[in-house]
Amino acid sequence: MKFSGFKVVKEALTGHKGWTQLWRNPEPKPAYDIVIVGGGGHGLATAYYLAKVYGELSIAVLEKGWIGSGNAGRNTTIIRSNYLLPGNQPFYEFSMKLWENLEQDTNFNSMVSQRSIINLIHSDGQRDAYRRRGNAMMLSDAGAKLLSRDDIKRMVPFLNFDNARFPIKGGLMQSRAGTARHDGVVWGYARGADQRGVDIIQNCEVTGFKIENGKVLGVETSRGFIGAKKVGVSVAGSSGRVMEKAGMRLPIESHALQAFVSEGLKPTIPGVITFGAGHFYVSQSDKGGLVFGGDIDGYNSYAQRGNLPVVEDVLEGGMALMPMIGRARLLRAWGGLVDMSMDGSPIIDKTGIDGLYFNGAWNYGGFKATPAAGYTFAHLLATDTPHETATAFRFDRFNRGYVIDEKGVGAQPNLH
Amino acid sequence: MLIPHPLLGLRDSQEFTYLGDASLMQRPDASAENAEAQFCDYVFLRDNPAGVHRELWFHEQGDRSWLVVTRDTTTHEILGAELALDVKGAAK
Repeated sequence: MKFSGFKVVKEALTGHKGWTQLWRNPEPKPAYDIVIVGGGGHGLATAYYLAKVYGELSIAVLEKGWIGSGNAGRNTTIIRSNYLLPGNQPFYEFSMKLWENLEQDTNFNSMVSQRSIINLIHSDGQRDAYRRRGNAMMLSDAGAKLLSRDDIKRMVPFLNFDNARFPIKGGLMQSRAGTARHDGVVWGYARGADQRGVDIIQNCEVTGFKIENGKVLGVETSRGFIGAKKVGVSVAGSSGRVMEKAGMRLPIESHALQAFVSEGLKPTIPGVITFGAGHFYVSQSDKGGLVFGGDIDGYNSYAQRGNLPVVEDVLEGGMALMPMIGRARLLRAWGGLVDMSMDGSPIIDKTGIDGLYFNGAWNYGGFKATPAAGYTFAHLLATDTPHETATAFRFDRFNRGYVIDEKGVGAQPNLH
Repeated sequence: MLIPHPLLGLRDSQEFTYLGDASLMQRPDASAENAEAQFCDYVFLRDNPAGVHRELWFHEQGDRSWLVVTRDTTTHEILGAELALDVKGAAK
């Protein structure tokens, strides 16, 4: 089944009897060439590109719950490529280009909306830093624009421009950034992968790895042993828990990150806005809710929920930036698990175990990376060499001294 | 979260800053043969357990003591707290 405007009209006239399931629910086979652990956006994108671009024929994605039920269903859906460092920025720009063509590629409405992002500037030093970042973005073809205070007043007049401590002095804008519909991304990749023969196996938790003589032979699961020539682990948030079963210690701590949605409002915020003086960012979903978030809770957690002090901190940031948010009621708040790495940047690499590959350490920024993480992880799994945009995301960068530390705070995960 | 400070009683976790795994108190021997590799592991690798975790909290807005707090990372339940000095003394 192919989605199109014609198909929508035809189904509307014939009682909607022609829609079919988007993906099968197959029983696991005894063995596959490649098994992906984790049916989130990253895992499904990996399977999709393995089948589509790299011509792999025997692939399974194993998911312990239902697909997209982890961080893919808990994020704030922002897509952007406004990084600074050379190890990161080309990768995120590759991701941005994949986002721009995603819906045509998967034939699925993922509601990719390039409604822009503005990072606000509150001091002269911050303007210098953002000008430098903008230059780095332009070098990678991402585009960037430095905005004056008057520009921002025209675009988003509802902000508090004259906050006594943190007046708004300008902003850095990426017009191509925006948001996407998180479930639409997961479902689009799942459907595309399934159409190309990938088995998506839900309610199938990996309980261990079968490793002999330093080579992985398959995975033990809640639905029995599944053999595999290669296993790709893509479970960011739970990386510590899963890789421990393979006997690996990681440069990662798991932390809780919270997000919030207000009641539905009329269109009021045009794009994504980030506060430069506190940690607060906000956008408005197509349904009308203000979607916002801030800092991680700051201590190791696998609880998939946060605590109240961060709720207060985020809402204080919101009130300082846009006082009108105080008139909206909070509808929902939730928490997810994030892999916080020792330099705040991800890892896409082979492990010391032959046939076992790792994609994780996405900190609080994995959603925007979904297409490129899937593409580059697929490249690594299929060719055993890193994709050209992901050569810096190696495990050994820590002991070689090539960390990718955007914030420059060192090996302290809760500060990234 | 309330942290049961051994000297001050229950204190709000907001008074503390968090460092991480309590094993950070055991620095590798800098004069060892493989000191560089040991320090790489010490600085960058973590056990990151799902469950009981012993971790360092600094009472920054209090008496400025370091505590070793035992906490369940799957529920946030705090199971105990000791002065890091005492823990270090007992290890010697």
